[in-house]
Amino acid sequence: MAKHNIESEVTGNVWKVLLTAGATVEAGDVIIILESMKMEIPVEAAVAGTLVEVLVAPEDQVEEDQVVAVIES
Amino acid sequence: MLKKILIANRGAIARRIVRACSELRLQSVVVYSPADIQAPYIGEATEAHPLTGNASKDSYLDQDQIMSIAHKCRADGIHPGYGFMSENAGFAQRVIDEGLTFIGPSPKWLAQMGDKVSARAAMSEMGMPVFPGSELITDIAEAEAFAQREGFPLVVKPAGGGGGMGMQVVHEKAQLGQALRQAKAIASKAFAASGVYLERWIEAPRHIEFQIMADQKGNAIHLFERECSVQRRHQKLIEESPAPGIDSQALLQQAQASAAICAKLGYDNLGTIETLYTLSGEVGFLEMNTRIQVEHGVTEAVTGLDLVQLQITLAAGGSLPTQVKREGFAIEARLYAEDPETQFPSTGTLNVFRPPKLFAVRVETGYQEGQVVSQYYDPMLAKIIAKGTTREQAIGRLLIALKAFKVQGVRTNASLLMQVLQDPAFLRGEVDTHIIQRIQNEKKTGKN
Repeated sequence: MAKHNIESEVTGNVWKVLLTAGATVEAGDVIIILESMKMEIPVEAAVAGTLVEVLVAPEDQVEEDQVVAVIES
Repeated sequence: MLKKILIANRGAIARRIVRACSELRLQSVVVYSPADIQAPYIGEATEAHPLTGNASKDSYLDQDQIMSIAHKCRADGIHPGYGFMSENAGFAQRVIDEGLTFIGPSPKWLAQMGDKVSARAAMSEMGMPVFPGSELITDIAEAEAFAQREGFPLVVKPAGGGGGMGMQVVHEKAQLGQALRQAKAIASKAFAASGVYLERWIEAPRHIEFQIMADQKGNAIHLFERECSVQRRHQKLIEESPAPGIDSQALLQQAQASAAICAKLGYDNLGTIETLYTLSGEVGFLEMNTRIQVEHGVTEAVTGLDLVQLQITLAAGGSLPTQVKREGFAIEARLYAEDPETQFPSTGTLNVFRPPKLFAVRVETGYQEGQVVSQYYDPMLAKIIAKGTTREQAIGRLLIALKAFKVQGVRTNASLLMQVLQDPAFLRGEVDTHIIQRIQNEKKTGKN
């Protein structure tokens, strides 16, 4: 079992959290949608596995490279 | 005539309006959010007043704050710029009701053209060509009936939208339900109205728009077309006039017809009629923008007219310019703070920001060196407009200007813009709305 940190690629705000801890994910599944500079930026699962942690909630501010979710594969 | 204008906007257009006010010997008032406190136009305007929040709803969309500042500083006109409240009929009416001049068309045009279904209907009734489209769709059965009649592909659009937001392209019946739900969800979050409708989807069209200018006495003229097909995510990147590689006589006729329709409607002030052209030259109305466009500088470069000044004088009851002529070629590129590969926005501090000063090149920007590019607003850093006596010369000048524009501290799309300007098909005048996608695919596969 390896843990994979999922990071935000942009500075912005959390618009929507689509999946909750415990969910089974495939690589490419959208976990969170961020909003930055009037754009919606999806945060996707980099690997298949189980989503063990979602570290942000709607309206939260996130920085570039901040860990926003953790997947166990 | 007006004496003091409050600018309910930010960035390049706020600065542009400050300049137009100075040239007309009017006082200008800018408003700014905390995130915009370093903006250069704060020092250039006659007066500057802070707004309390950074989010758009707490700043440039906050009608109460903006109107209270307008009254406090005794402004007699409000210029909404583009985006934010520029097409908000309720705001325009409030400005008028509170005794000020709204620098834009009458609120009824903002309302009618803001609703895409009623805009299509009004235009179609006046003889404007439209591609097949539905009324507002309330359930999946109506959508399926339209699809049955018109076939696929089709597009689901929010009726209150614009700029491609919330649009869902549907290629087969199985996708229709999900596309309807998604478009409705986005429409209800982003726009005042949650209604959606369907239209035939044109696969790789050209996006060509016609600049209209009208007075308050029922006269309207056109200022020719702008070619705006170079887009990413339905947002324009490069615009030019005249449009290359297309029957110029047909475009002129469409421009004249568009102006005639606006005159017949009784439209006033500036407006842009956006259309799509298919490869075979078939044209259909897309939407009408009831405000100054981001790319207005392209038209200014080829006509020599100052569109922002004219907006102000027309709103005050002034007359249209006579003997409008077009001369030369102009092309604009939008420099965005975003990653050229992923196209994700890029925030940061502009450690270096040096717009080029070159012959026949104009730069419009609301930023200066040292300023922070925040996450709160759109990522446009600057517009660069180049003019030439030939299209090749204008493109060449724009390319040099992009190379000379020094930016450090955020990533920009400059390399992507330069790729487009050197693309053989683009140089031949063969453009459509998929050109960016094609160039990026070619780059990925190593071709080119």
